[in-house]
Amino acid sequence: MTAQFPNVTQHAGEIEPGQSLWQDAWHRLRQNKMAVAGGIFVGVLALASFLTPLVAPGSYAHTNLALGATGPSLAHWMGTDSLGRDMLSRVLFGGCISLSVGLAATLVSVVIGVLYGAISGYLGGRIDMILMRIVDIVYSLPFVIFVILILVIFGRHIVLLFMAIGAVSWLDMARIVRAQVMSLKKQEFVEAAVALGLRKRRIILRHMIPNVLGIVAIYATLIVPSVMLLEAFLSFLGLGVQAPMSSWGTLILDGSKSMEEYPWLLIFPGLFFSLTLFSLNFLGDGLRDALDVRASKD
Amino acid sequence: MQFDSSNLSLRRLLLSLGVLAMLSLLPGCGKRETLVEAADRDQVLLVGNGTEPQDLDPDVVTGVQEFHIMMSLLEGLVSEDPVDLHPVPGVAESWDISPDRKVYTFHLRKDAKWSNGEPVTARDFWEAYKRILTPSLGSEYAYMHYVVKNAEAYNTNGITDFNQVGYKVIDDHTLQVTLNNPTPYFLSLLLHHSWYPINIRTVAKYGDPYQRGSKWTRPGRYVGNGPFVLTQWRVNDVVEVRKSPTYWDRARVRLNGIRFYPIESLDTEERAFRAGQLHVTLEVPLSKIDYYKTNYPNLIKIDPYLGTYFYRVNVTKPPLSDKRVRQALAMAIDREALVKDVLKGGQLPAFNLTPPGTAGYTCRTHLQENIAEAKRLLAAAGYPDGKGLPTIELLYNTLESHRTIAEALQQMWKTQLGVDVRLVNQEWKVYLDTQRSLNYEICRGSWIGDYDDPNTFLDMWLTGGGNNETGWSNPEYDRLIAQAAATADPQQRLEVFQKAEAILMDETPEIPIYFYTHVCLQRPELKGWYPTILDNHPYKYVYLETNADAAVPLK
Amino acid sequence: MLRFIFKRILEAIPVLFIVATITFFLLKIMPGGPFDTERPMPPEVKKAIYAYYGLDKPAWQQYAQYLERLVLHGDLGESQKYFGWTVNELLGGSLPVSVELGIEGMCFALFFGLIAGTVASLRKNTAGDYIPMSVATFGICIPSFVTGPLLILVFAIWLGWFNSSGWFFPRDRILPAMTLGLYYMAYISRLTRGGMLEILNQDFIRTARAKGASEWRIVAKHSLRGGLLSVVAFLGPAVSGIVTGSIVVEKIFEIPGTGRFFVNAAFDRDGPMLMGTTLVYAVLVVAMNLVADILAVWMNPKLRFE
Repeated sequence: MTAQFPNVTQHAGEIEPGQSLWQDAWHRLRQNKMAVAGGIFVGVLALASFLTPLVAPGSYAHTNLALGATGPSLAHWMGTDSLGRDMLSRVLFGGCISLSVGLAATLVSVVIGVLYGAISGYLGGRIDMILMRIVDIVYSLPFVIFVILILVIFGRHIVLLFMAIGAVSWLDMARIVRAQVMSLKKQEFVEAAVALGLRKRRIILRHMIPNVLGIVAIYATLIVPSVMLLEAFLSFLGLGVQAPMSSWGTLILDGSKSMEEYPWLLIFPGLFFSLTLFSLNFLGDGLRDALDVRASKD
Repeated sequence: MQFDSSNLSLRRLLLSLGVLAMLSLLPGCGKRETLVEAADRDQVLLVGNGTEPQDLDPDVVTGVQEFHIMMSLLEGLVSEDPVDLHPVPGVAESWDISPDRKVYTFHLRKDAKWSNGEPVTARDFWEAYKRILTPSLGSEYAYMHYVVKNAEAYNTNGITDFNQVGYKVIDDHTLQVTLNNPTPYFLSLLLHHSWYPINIRTVAKYGDPYQRGSKWTRPGRYVGNGPFVLTQWRVNDVVEVRKSPTYWDRARVRLNGIRFYPIESLDTEERAFRAGQLHVTLEVPLSKIDYYKTNYPNLIKIDPYLGTYFYRVNVTKPPLSDKRVRQALAMAIDREALVKDVLKGGQLPAFNLTPPGTAGYTCRTHLQENIAEAKRLLAAAGYPDGKGLPTIELLYNTLESHRTIAEALQQMWKTQLGVDVRLVNQEWKVYLDTQRSLNYEICRGSWIGDYDDPNTFLDMWLTGGGNNETGWSNPEYDRLIAQAAATADPQQRLEVFQKAEAILMDETPEIPIYFYTHVCLQRPELKGWYPTILDNHPYKYVYLETNADAAVPLK
Repeated sequence: MLRFIFKRILEAIPVLFIVATITFFLLKIMPGGPFDTERPMPPEVKKAIYAYYGLDKPAWQQYAQYLERLVLHGDLGESQKYFGWTVNELLGGSLPVSVELGIEGMCFALFFGLIAGTVASLRKNTAGDYIPMSVATFGICIPSFVTGPLLILVFAIWLGWFNSSGWFFPRDRILPAMTLGLYYMAYISRLTRGGMLEILNQDFIRTARAKGASEWRIVAKHSLRGGLLSVVAFLGPAVSGIVTGSIVVEKIFEIPGTGRFFVNAAFDRDGPMLMGTTLVYAVLVVAMNLVADILAVWMNPKLRFE
């Protein structure tokens, strides 16, 4: 007996504390160095960015026309742009804007997407078909029109930018949650809940949604980068945040126009943008690997 | 578990991956003849022409880009001297002006021909003017003809008989035009495309000449009387014209053809120029101006241009309804810094509206840049140091330079006057709509002269004028402008303008910022292309000089 | 299978109709019209233009007229911005260009993406995994309006191998396709890696190795299918992404494609063009989703029973 189950013999008397799925996942995540590094980077950057408007308000708009564009120096760590504005402030402020857009839009899309997908997946049948057809239609809508319309009718407020972007990012989330819920539906604990007479709403809210949160978390970390890129794309079309505010998208766009003369205008925002997306991607990958129960442990 | 068997095959895979990546770039390897080198050989001019033309029908389009192309395809009664744009004979070889300067009689040359061989007659001009003034065509530039007797009435459905309008066909080669007033700039008006002749038979062949939708402007259908004919038109790709075999002055035309490339993005255009794809660009992106001035000063051309950049002020809403607030804002701008550090295109700071030297007129009233005085005015208006002044909205349409200037001004007004300004960027159509409906406080504007005369800048501000859009109304100003129109003596006329502009500068419904320059890139082999204030370059004088100088490597 | 396709096409029609209707009325709500110009027109002139383009009629009537022309004659109307052309002509000239660009970009993305993803999945958690994946992730993190000008700077201006813009010669296709495809190459390599890993972790692979199957056989015969499955599922959204991505690429490289009309139609308030491009886009998305679903079912028989 000892030979067959060496572990049991070794630790006889000790009971290994059980680990829930979450603790297990967290443990695995911590071991993924890239994911951890990514998470720390984003965290620190977010802190710095969100503190900037509080610590040095308006610094991103301060022009110094005579100075013009200068390279990195002691006075300006990231140099200045063509209006003599300090790039460090602008990049950090841009981070504040871009991360806010990313988070807010992701929040909107998660809330809408999860509810939509869970309801559609669980209720099935006719309702599911209609809801999914609606998704198809929205998918086919020209997004640019939609955003132009919102921004035109209601003004270029940044909150509307969040909502407009979030309003078209929920589609994939809804599909994924729906798929997940549909496979969960077939499991026994749901049968049990139904047998117990729980109302549908309770089942959806208390049982379905908590069980999809894992996959939602993964996709949420992946929505943020695509939302940030979407914001950059809108800036390219001239629909980004209102000047003199800067987002990383607008900074990168402007920087790319003078990348030969003033490369620092592109390099710094580009670097931060890319590193943030990198980090979020690694974090997302790490989450996926951590939550994938079939991945081998060696 | 490590899958380490057959490392070799994977290594081979990676290797072939790398090779394939290289191979995909192979077709590009090696130096090739650039497009301009080929074009120089063929004497074909390659022009960067901004946006895709909406159409090539002279009675329907409004844009400068379309005008540039149509200049090659059509010719009006008068043509322009390539150096200073003074009117020279075009289709009309001479003209008589009546003593009261209201009747012009044009004598057309006998050898002017359409590209289909038909002779160009006075009737062709008469038909074109009838067409452009017919309301059902919906021509936006019909107002260029309003100096002609009864033209406005015909265009606005006041009269329906075109024979009452001041155009008369005396015979096949004589056209008489009767004006409302002595208009000293009439001949330079004729340079505009709204005065070009039309081969009405061609237009009628493909649709109703007095309605939109006639598709006569395609290659193969287009009939013009200019130095070139339309050979190719691929939308968003290229418009190509070739030398016309029927043009009366074809002996003077040295180019074999011109290709107009509709390149919208300034950055793309500059790169195309550098890669040897264009002889001349339309503009230069802001960030590259210094680069060319330092490294290739012989390639960048900065020339005066007949236009003013200003901000309109909505005078109907407080606090801007108070003249002192407007004046304070106007005085607190450091235009020199804007022009030198932000725009860098050799623009001139503008202290009045009309560019200096416009047809011999230079305004004597100048805005003062005076911070102390500005502060005093603001305080006198009830807002000492900007306190109590609500945030003012500054509207501009989407363009990098508009934004940059707005950002700079926002800071200037904040630091100098304590005035808070919020920037609002709207896209073009919304911006036009907002401006027209007076829903703004301050908005960016500009005016490019339609013709070389101060009137084009000053008659905008008449009460209820279509281009006024500020709600400003001043009966004395209206009276002066009308008086100027009726004054025959040129010197006296300019004096009236001085008085009018003095009122304008005092009331400040608009804040002038700078006078335009035209900045573009030109290859050294381009000859016969002179700087003109309207940026018109009659193509029959242009040629490409192919010698060693042309092989300028641009990195 | 045929019934499946037919059913999907039938289902697509109401979708297209709703898309068209929403777009049309959105356009009508937007402030500003196609003929708002800087220099204002006299009211008679404006009235004449509106009458010609039918803009003076009530919105629902305009829409009915539009639908009638579209369904009965296949006529998408006249462009209200480019007076000399009809929408059919403009789309007819520009669509082939965009389609070609899209296909070339996709080929680039598929080819390099599949290879990179495969290699990475076989070398999981080693340098052979991190390096291709980092390069791929770069593709996702750098917007195309940066990579495009960078590529032009290096290959067209410094090295002079290509033209910096235009779509005249065969070689003009290369840089735009690369710029467009880079983003999708990144995505596809990640998806391939993920899909293949899922398969490679399964027991039957372990069995195959135990039986002595070569690496090559394992990859090609067994795992690739799994990798391809995720990629195929991605094709639908990828196509709609390529359409928006091509807008940027077309602007940077001055390519006469449809992307430019798509965006500018909204800014110009060119109703017929907007409707035309929207419908084209919607048809494309629906078609690609259908193709992706067919491919998925073909590759994974289990789905047939859902």
